[in-house]
Amino acid sequence: MSERGASAMSRELTSAVRRGGADITLIAFALAVMALWSVFTAARTIDPSMSVHAMMFFAASIIGAFALVSHVTSDQKADASRYEMGVVKAGVFASVFWGIAGFLVGVIIAAQLAFPNLFYFPDLPWTSFGRLRPLHTSAVVFAFGGNVLMATSFYVVQRTCRARLWGGLGAWFVFLGYNLFIVIAATGYLMGVTQSKEYAEPEWYADLWLTIVWVVYLLVFLGTLLKRKEPHIYVANWFYLAFIVTIAMLHIVNNLAMPVSLTSTRSYSLFAGVQDALTQWWYGHNAVGFFLTAGFLGIMYYFIPKRAERPVYSYRLSIVHFWSLIFIYIWAGPHHLHYTALPEWAQTLGMTFSIMLWMPSWGGMVNGLMTLSGAWDKLRTDPVLRMLVVSVAFYGMSTFEGPLMAIRAVNSLSHYTDWTIGHVHSGALGWVAYVSFGALYCLVPWLWNREKLYSRALVEWHFWISTLGILLYITSMWVSGIMQGLMWRAYNEFGFLEYSFVETVAAMHPYYVIRMLGGLLFLIGALFMAYNLWRTARGDVREREYARDALFAPVPAE
Amino acid sequence: MLEKHAILEKSGLLLTVAILVTVAIGGAVEIAPLFYLESTIEKVEGVRPYSPLELAGRNIYIREGCHVCHSQMVRPLRDEVERYGHYSLAAESMYDHPFQWGSKRSGPDLARVGGKYSDAWHQQHLIDPRSVVPESVMPPYAMLNERPLDYREAADWLAANRAVGVPYTDEMLTNAEADLKAQVDPFSEIYDQFAARYPKAQIRDFDGDPMVISEMDALIAYLQVLGTMVDFSTYQAEENYR
Repeated sequence: MSERGASAMSRELTSAVRRGGADITLIAFALAVMALWSVFTAARTIDPSMSVHAMMFFAASIIGAFALVSHVTSDQKADASRYEMGVVKAGVFASVFWGIAGFLVGVIIAAQLAFPNLFYFPDLPWTSFGRLRPLHTSAVVFAFGGNVLMATSFYVVQRTCRARLWGGLGAWFVFLGYNLFIVIAATGYLMGVTQSKEYAEPEWYADLWLTIVWVVYLLVFLGTLLKRKEPHIYVANWFYLAFIVTIAMLHIVNNLAMPVSLTSTRSYSLFAGVQDALTQWWYGHNAVGFFLTAGFLGIMYYFIPKRAERPVYSYRLSIVHFWSLIFIYIWAGPHHLHYTALPEWAQTLGMTFSIMLWMPSWGGMVNGLMTLSGAWDKLRTDPVLRMLVVSVAFYGMSTFEGPLMAIRAVNSLSHYTDWTIGHVHSGALGWVAYVSFGALYCLVPWLWNREKLYSRALVEWHFWISTLGILLYITSMWVSGIMQGLMWRAYNEFGFLEYSFVETVAAMHPYYVIRMLGGLLFLIGALFMAYNLWRTARGDVREREYARDALFAPVPAE
Repeated sequence: MLEKHAILEKSGLLLTVAILVTVAIGGAVEIAPLFYLESTIEKVEGVRPYSPLELAGRNIYIREGCHVCHSQMVRPLRDEVERYGHYSLAAESMYDHPFQWGSKRSGPDLARVGGKYSDAWHQQHLIDPRSVVPESVMPPYAMLNERPLDYREAADWLAANRAVGVPYTDEMLTNAEADLKAQVDPFSEIYDQFAARYPKAQIRDFDGDPMVISEMDALIAYLQVLGTMVDFSTYQAEENYR
């Protein structure tokens, strides 16, 4: 960029700040700090990955500055008496995009384990399983799930508080800043930048950036709650709030680390060995508990009653379920460390609380399912509601399986095997993704003011294809995991171990192929959804389909 | 009592504080004691900080995501002890920032892989896993052989580890780069000093090419030290039951 262009832009920015509010000033300040930091770092670093990331941060600050200037100088002013739905629309778009990207990487790494000779490329180190696996997990959990949570939380909090989002452009800063974090994290994994803690792989500078974004997220959400026009805070918002607050706590503690230098991508965790392990699984299990459970329960508590047009089954159950769930979940982490060098008292504590967790989890499931009382017939005609309800059923199944696997004796068999992978996916595909898909199918017509979805038949196809995919996935992983666990501990009649390790790997091949096919079906289903949502947003309706429906509509008895 | 809940439902700030207190209890009771209970980590001899070359290898191990498929935690179960060796002690990862226990075994546990295979086997296996184990599903890491190790920050690695509690001495920090080079050179002038700073460190050229210190050298040096620091012929397991 020429110097004249830069000075013109800084003049523009200054005048923009003068005309704007505090939100614009703060964002402009953040962008300026980011630009300065990235220029300094890019100039000083000897770490090629760091210079790539500094350049990306610099590009983001420039793009952000342009967006800010064009917002301030634009004639179209947002109507402060209306809801802020633009950022929700952007979140819906990002969710679908990252969802498909994440599912695709999942299919690729499944193919690598099934056919290593075909899908590994020795000349392309960034395509190896070890680097793509965190890309897959982060893309589905944080990119797809995170964007769904942000979009739905921004929608739900406005609707249930009857108030516009607090903080002006703050919500946009959260959305764009969070997606910048995702891009930094994802490109980092490909370059081998990782601190190796599962689901907390991004390095120290990305973590710091996420901390800033997350604090603003909390402020925007809380600010909206505080200026609500409804006397009570609706139950969905309790769950969203617990998700935001707890993730902040977990993220900050688990990522405490000492960078090698201010211009190095590498850092060393503050904790070591056994303490680091428990801190990590305290974080890791509650990433499941608060990111993938509490947040998505917020979705359940808004979208299922809305779609079924019935009130939440039980208010009392909501209260009991909420507080017991968030209190007990936090203790469950040590069940990831059974029979390890973690002291036994901590393992026992983790196991006990994991079993207790079964009850609040099912309390939530009951509250979700029973909300359909009097509206069960809609499952036959409304595939979107069916998807939402099946997600709650999967939630019930995996929250039963979880406590079972947390029992030390069961865990001695299941740990380190594909059973864990199957369990995670019954929750991730069946619960998290399905409740998200259901919410997206609801949101798009509401946000773009369309009477109905482009095609209901496509939703049916999506539902059945991906349900088949999930079933193939989890059953193949059950078989492969339990088989491998049993083979590891099998003895022959002479008292020697029956199988070498690699014999167990060879035995899993057919199940790896089935798992890959299951994942592929799930991906295809998601592509159907993307097409359907895009046509819906454009305002298209598949008239032929709805005309035929009218023809076969049931007629009430006379 | 449930009627009182309305108080929380009507105040966003109160609700936030109540949530924070509720979720903080579990961590405080469960994790905090591990930092002060002396029984958390056994008393053993032999565990030392990683040498600069081993630490460089560990950085590569983390970079490539080896922990995604290989655990470093042998459980005290009959079949695991027979397959991999003595069960892992907390003390053996007391200098591991971060820990590498792993959570999945798509490949075998590596906690005691040190000394089990030759350097040449590791090298061939990393270049093309299926050339030595036909059924393997491991990715090939041929580029490790060709990439010279970047150790310009070696002293900073040690300093950052010291800042989080690993007992590296000033002498170790000053000599980080020299020690790194010394470990791949059996004819080095500081052989004795290096061997004294890092007892029982294995000193040899690990990748068969004495002209270059490659990433392969570093990774194999790390793999060969795994699980070898404690002498289990003298370890008193009964004294450390927790």
